[in-house]
Amino acid sequence: MSKNLLEIKDLSVSYGGIRAVKGISFEVPEGEVVTLIGANGAGKSSTLRSIAGLEKPAGGSILFDGKELVQMGTEQIVTTGITLVPEGRRVFPNLSVLENLKIGAYQRKDSLDQDIAWIYGLFPRLEERSWQMAGTLSGGEQQMLAIGRALMSKPKLIMMDEPSLGLAPIVVQGVFDIIKEINKQGVTILLVEQNANMALKAAHRAYVMETGKITLSGTGKELAENEEVKAAYLGKAKNK
Amino acid sequence: MSLNVFFQHCLTGISLGGAYALIAIGYTMVYGILRLINFAHGDIFMVAGYFMIFATATFGWMAGIPIMLACTVALGVMIEKMAYKPIRTAPRMSVMISAIGVSYLLQNLTTYLFTALPRPYPEIPILKRIFQIGSVSASLVTFLTPVLTIVLVVILVYITNHTKVGMAMRAVSRDFETSRLMGIKINNVISITFVIGSFLAGVGALLYFTDRMSVTPFSGTLPGLKCFVAAVIGGIGSVPGAVVGGFVIGICETFLIALGYSTFSDAFTFILLIIMLLFRPTGLFGEKMIDKV
Repeated sequence: MSKNLLEIKDLSVSYGGIRAVKGISFEVPEGEVVTLIGANGAGKSSTLRSIAGLEKPAGGSILFDGKELVQMGTEQIVTTGITLVPEGRRVFPNLSVLENLKIGAYQRKDSLDQDIAWIYGLFPRLEERSWQMAGTLSGGEQQMLAIGRALMSKPKLIMMDEPSLGLAPIVVQGVFDIIKEINKQGVTILLVEQNANMALKAAHRAYVMETGKITLSGTGKELAENEEVKAAYLGKAKNK
Repeated sequence: MSLNVFFQHCLTGISLGGAYALIAIGYTMVYGILRLINFAHGDIFMVAGYFMIFATATFGWMAGIPIMLACTVALGVMIEKMAYKPIRTAPRMSVMISAIGVSYLLQNLTTYLFTALPRPYPEIPILKRIFQIGSVSASLVTFLTPVLTIVLVVILVYITNHTKVGMAMRAVSRDFETSRLMGIKINNVISITFVIGSFLAGVGALLYFTDRMSVTPFSGTLPGLKCFVAAVIGGIGSVPGAVVGGFVIGICETFLIALGYSTFSDAFTFILLIIMLLFRPTGLFGEKMIDKV
């Protein structure tokens, strides 16, 4: 068994009295791909946002690499080795592709050349467009840039919020190939998805979230074969 | 108007425009980052005038200039920390009202402390020396202002486009939250913006008041408004735009006065604003929003 890189205990998040996340607990073991799946409003994004410090949790604990993150600000959290690829990509449209990558490494002080070459190796399309403003890229290219930008901080854990959102099926396949590839290179991944089919195939471990609670958990394969999951998220009828 | 006189007015206009440009940059940069029209900026410029008067009285003008610049920068950053930062998440209108409040506070505070009577601005002998180029003669400050403006703008454009902090400024201007995810301390970046804006207002004040020779608590109001107009004409958020806007207004104003329409020169600035807003609301160099969802 590998050790747990991230341990969430009893995490709850509220927005003005409405509890979006109602005391969930889960672990992300080092070196694995873990996915949280669920419908809109299940609290998946809120969970990621509170891990990244963008929302203040109402309670619970977030242990990353043995450090408690709950009291830290986002700027501090990202220096511990966590990064978030935000929902909707959020690349900086007024910065060039190269600058977007460089700003991903904002808190690093060492040389970036090697890592930029690594990212361009993963995404040759980005190298072709190195000097283009990021706002002029297609949706799929922007997603690749957002992932590349996150990798530039040399994270131990990369969290992705719906990386397949709004992308063509063929591009989605490409995104998931990349997720598997960067995981193979040693980066732990916490993935939030509505595309349960793809996410479960890619994940070692999966959790199903419903209205702020984790209702099911297991390996990706187990959940992909679970009848309730099939009916609710994979669009397949229950076998009666 | 003889050619000679024409050149003379050109020079005066360019010089005035340079001072306007420096102040307009402060409006445009703060707007770029915070989407806030910092109505207190003209008054920071006015207080910079008083800082120079008192700093020179105590330390002489050579030490007075850096002291004045340091105080102006401190004032700008302090205003941001006290009046804008606590309401960072409030609706934009609240922050703008806070800015108007700061503007009146500075005007009334200076009136209370120094009375509303004009105070003579210290003479800096070097800046007042008369130079002659060809048939055009003017004091050094008139020649120096446009040159200094261009140099400062080139430095500023270099900082925003080619340094790490400039990259962070451009990132923060688009997206606070994602910038934080990159590990950028946005409050520091905002402070740097106010440092640059106030510094340029301090330099602008030095050049402007050396020409005008006196300061009152309301000296900042009209130049402040005009420089705001300059920033809008150039396209608010764009530094080169603010510079062009500053020069356009400075030169037009000077020529209107020279042609005998001095009573209309201020009105002209605001007519220009209305025309600009009607026909090209994003200004000459205004950013087109490219947003892909």
